[in-house]
Amino acid sequence: MFKYYGKTAPYLFLLPAGIVLLIFFFIPFFQTIILSFQDYSNSIYNANFTGLQNYIAILHNPTFYKVMWNTLIYLIVAVPILAIIPLFLAILINQKIRGITLYKILIYLPVIVSIVVAAIAFKWLYAQDGILNYFMQLLHLPAIGWLTDPKYAIYSVIIVTVWKGLGYYMMIYLAALMSVPKELYEACDIDGAGFFRKHLTVTIPHIMPTIALVTTISSISAMKIFAEIYVMTKGGPLNSTKTIVYYIYEKAFENLDLGYASAMAVILLIVVMIFSLINIFCFERGKYNL
Amino acid sequence: MIKQNNVIKQQNCHPELTRKLVELAKRNFLFLLGDSGSVKINFTKIFKILKLVQNDKDFYKNFSTHIILITVSLLSIFPFIWLLSTSLKGAGENIFAYPPTIIPKDFTWANYVGVWQRVDLMRYFINSMIVAGGTVLLNLILSSLAGYPLARMEFRGKKIAFFSILATIMIPFQAIMLPVYLITLKLHLVDSVNETMGFIGLIMPFAVSAFGIFLMRQAFLSIPREMEEAAIVDGCNVFQVFWKVLLPMVKPSLAVLAIFTFIGSWGEFLWPSIVLTKETMYTLPVGVNNLQGMFSSNWRFIAAGSIISTIPIIIFFLAMQKYFISGENEGAVKG
Repeated sequence: MFKYYGKTAPYLFLLPAGIVLLIFFFIPFFQTIILSFQDYSNSIYNANFTGLQNYIAILHNPTFYKVMWNTLIYLIVAVPILAIIPLFLAILINQKIRGITLYKILIYLPVIVSIVVAAIAFKWLYAQDGILNYFMQLLHLPAIGWLTDPKYAIYSVIIVTVWKGLGYYMMIYLAALMSVPKELYEACDIDGAGFFRKHLTVTIPHIMPTIALVTTISSISAMKIFAEIYVMTKGGPLNSTKTIVYYIYEKAFENLDLGYASAMAVILLIVVMIFSLINIFCFERGKYNL
Repeated sequence: MIKQNNVIKQQNCHPELTRKLVELAKRNFLFLLGDSGSVKINFTKIFKILKLVQNDKDFYKNFSTHIILITVSLLSIFPFIWLLSTSLKGAGENIFAYPPTIIPKDFTWANYVGVWQRVDLMRYFINSMIVAGGTVLLNLILSSLAGYPLARMEFRGKKIAFFSILATIMIPFQAIMLPVYLITLKLHLVDSVNETMGFIGLIMPFAVSAFGIFLMRQAFLSIPREMEEAAIVDGCNVFQVFWKVLLPMVKPSLAVLAIFTFIGSWGEFLWPSIVLTKETMYTLPVGVNNLQGMFSSNWRFIAAGSIISTIPIIIFFLAMQKYFISGENEGAVKG
């Protein structure tokens, strides 16, 4: 094809997006790294370069380990659930039976509703004299301080994240299930394979890449949890629900300790980048035509 | 009785079974009328139906599928139902009563009236519309502009541009939010300057995303090159080709981008809660979160406010549901 555009045209087209990305992504990215080597703890107007001091301070801070541990619990509990249950739901929904559209709408509803409303709704369910404790009573179990007991609070918050994510990951799986060749299922039916056998031998091997994709996406979003915590527990009780992003927020915007917050942000950045790299180069190549 | 009614409701799973059930029901419809005692129930027929159901393997399979899906659907909406129920309960009803009642005994709209009068929810709604509308518009423009040369043109630095944009996917906003805030302050894009600047500050960090650029790039790649060639021969320049020929052809992708950007922007909570200082600038999520502080433990009001704030997005979702649940646009909303 002949070249119908001038030398400058491509750059003109890229310029507006480029400026926005430069100001709100690339400059902040490098500034985060620079800030992490500076000390702002005395005054936010007067910084001095302190090398690795922030990082050393972080490694001596027990709260940081608590926060990382909480984030790890989030990963260990939420990610497997979000990889398995939506797959199961997608298999059930990928059938020609009545009411499928209604089921899809209802299960997807939590995805589009604001996380703030979702967190408030759950806070109400979790109330000390609330409806969940009534159900516990019905089952002859003791009432639980869902959000007030340090032992359970993080799991109560995880439930909200999982509940809000089910529909989202179900739709990802559903798209993948549509690509599994129908003949394989027919062959299974002829062999008389049951439900579980059929899906273990045909479905799962076929959509393994999607399972891996869901695992990495849900891991990345589990590391970025903020709103649930902010609305429901503010990190308490006793830091038991404080995750890394909430702690960064607290350090940066409440304690105004910019250097310290940035150093933790760099740690978050590195972890998320590792997961993202795996994601982009292993599972989403097609999306970006790599 | 209830059980048999359910059996009839489940009839659609299997055409032959459906026919038989309908036939039996027609001949023996009286048993559907209830258990008032005045209705004569023909037990032989009922057992016949149950036997039929038992013998049908497909029906059982679908039956358990329905049971599971109904349970999950109920779990998905239950928190909202309970919130709705609480918001409709009057002062005469204990909202902590055991056993809890889903249908309010002391039904009232008073909580809605009360929260509407005390909180400027309309204002929050308009603010959210401005922010989401601006974010969508900028995303459409900037993403399609940037996607075009990446799909169609050869130029120096293309690889660098491509991988730089790809790299932004790996940078979580949460990790760079502090410098983003400092830059926004330096550019005076905050509500303490004036409202317009406040809105610009809310929009700009999300004005373009790598996701949008790559989505548009893919859309342009799928258009046959002959379309452009024909336009060039007709005397269009590169901007006219883009505006008059290519853009109308990628409308489906623009719609997808618009819808998912809208949902993302509408629900955004972290950034507005960092930059906003004035209550009149609050977007819905920030305003709704603020209800908790305003009405400390008045759950009736908090619930009513939350429900009101959810109505617009639910209408939007139901109107656009095919984009969300068709399974074609998977992974478009950022989790």
